[in-house]
Amino acid sequence: MLTRRIIACLDVRAGRVVKGVQFVDLADAGDPAELAARHAAAGADEIVLLDITATHENRGTLLDTVRRTAQRLFVPFTVGGGIRTDDEAAAVFDAGADKVSTNSAALARPELIGEIGATFGAQAVIVAIDARRTSGAPVEQAEVFVAGGRKPTGRHAVEWAREAEARGAGEILLTSMDSDGTRAGFDCELTAAVSQAVQIPVIASGGAGNAHHFTQVFREGCADAALAAGIFHFGIANVRTLKEQLSRDGIPVRFPC
Amino acid sequence: MRATVIDYKAGNLTSVVKALRHLGAEVTVTESPADVTAAERIVLPGVGHFSATQFLGQHGLQSEISIQIVRGVPFLGICVGMQWLFAGSTEAPCCPGLAAFPETCDRFTPGKKIPHVGWNSLDLRPGFRLFAGIPDGAFAYFTHSYRAPAINATAAVTEYGELFSAAIERENVMGVQFHPEKSGETGLRVLRNFLEWQPC
Repeated sequence: MLTRRIIACLDVRAGRVVKGVQFVDLADAGDPAELAARHAAAGADEIVLLDITATHENRGTLLDTVRRTAQRLFVPFTVGGGIRTDDEAAAVFDAGADKVSTNSAALARPELIGEIGATFGAQAVIVAIDARRTSGAPVEQAEVFVAGGRKPTGRHAVEWAREAEARGAGEILLTSMDSDGTRAGFDCELTAAVSQAVQIPVIASGGAGNAHHFTQVFREGCADAALAAGIFHFGIANVRTLKEQLSRDGIPVRFPC
Repeated sequence: MRATVIDYKAGNLTSVVKALRHLGAEVTVTESPADVTAAERIVLPGVGHFSATQFLGQHGLQSEISIQIVRGVPFLGICVGMQWLFAGSTEAPCCPGLAAFPETCDRFTPGKKIPHVGWNSLDLRPGFRLFAGIPDGAFAYFTHSYRAPAINATAAVTEYGELFSAAIERENVMGVQFHPEKSGETGLRVLRNFLEWQPC
C-alpha cells in the first residue's frame, strides 16, 4: 500500500539550519548534514533543504551544503531556494539533489518548470507555493507570496497550482503562511482545495505541532505528504514516535527495516 | 566489484553512482559501447520519458548491451531502465525496447493520482536473488506514471490501484521499477545483492 510521506525540512541560512515563526524570528537549530542523517535514521521519508534567504539576497544555493548533506543520504532529497535557471538546477542535481523546489523563479517565468523537467524529468520538479488567506475570504482566494513570503503576487494559490501542474510540475509543496511556525495545525481547508484541484501529489506544510495535526491533514486535507521542520529539530517529536501515532490512527506509514 | 553505469542523458545519475560507491563498487560512467564490452556488470538507470532510450539505439549501446546480456553479464535496469527491457511502452510507441520480455509497459489506469510517488510495499515472490535478506512487505521509493505488467519473471509486485511488476529477474537480467538508491537500507541491500551476485 502507498504510504503517506513524512518529510523533514531543513530551513538553511548561511550553511546552518534555522527555524522561524511565520517566516521571521530565526533561531539556530544545527548542522544540515547531521540533522538530515538523523531524521533519515528516525524514519523520515524525504529530506527537503530550503535555502530560505537565497532569493532576496540574490545569491545561488549553497552547493557545498547540498553536497555534504547528500553524501550519506539514501532517501529522496529536495533542494530549493534561489534556483532561477535550468543551469542552476543542474548544478544542484550535480551536487546530489534528487528534486529541486522552485518558487519565486517559477512565478516570474513559469516556462522554467518545463525547462527543468525536460532535462531531469517532471518527477524532479517541485513547485513550492507560499499562500496567505485574508480572514473571511473563500479559500480559493488564498494569495501566493514570493521572495520568502515578502512579496504578494496577486495570484491565487489554487489557480497557480493548476497552472504549475499543466506546465509539468511533479509535485506541489504548499505552505500556509498563516499557520507556519504556529504549531497550531496545518491549514486543512487550503490543502484540500489545492489537492483536489490537481492530479499530482501535494505536500502540506506549515503549522505542524503534534501527531494529531498530521492525521488531520492526511484525512481532511487530502495531503499526500506532510512536511515539518521546527518540531523535529528541537526534539518535540521525532519521526519515529510520530509515525507510531499515525499508524495507531490508521494512517498508512512506512517503518524502515 | 566493478559496475558500469550507462549515461544516456535520461536524468540525473549522481544518486545511483553515489549509492554504488557507498557499497564499495568501482564505478565507470559511460556512453561508449566499448566500455559496455568491457563491463563486469551493467547498470542502466533512468527517470523521465521512455523516449530517452532512443539514445541507446542511436549510439550503438543497445546492440552492445544485448550481446553482453547473452554472454551472461549481470544487468540491472532501474525505473525507465527496467521498462526498457520490455518490448516497448505506450509512452513512446515509436521507440522499441530491448524486448528481453515480450510484454509492453502502459500508463496506470486513471482514477488515482498519477504519477505514483512515494514509498510503497513490495510483495516478494520467493526465490529471487535480488531480494535475499529483505523481508516481505519492505518499502521502496517509487516515482513513475507507466508500469510493467506482472509476468513469470516478476520478483516483486506492488499495488497501486492495480498490481504491477516492482522488480523482475531472469538469470542475469534484473530490473527494478523503484529507486534502490533512494530506498534506504532496503534499496542498498538490493544493490548489494546485484553487485555480489555471481553468475553460475
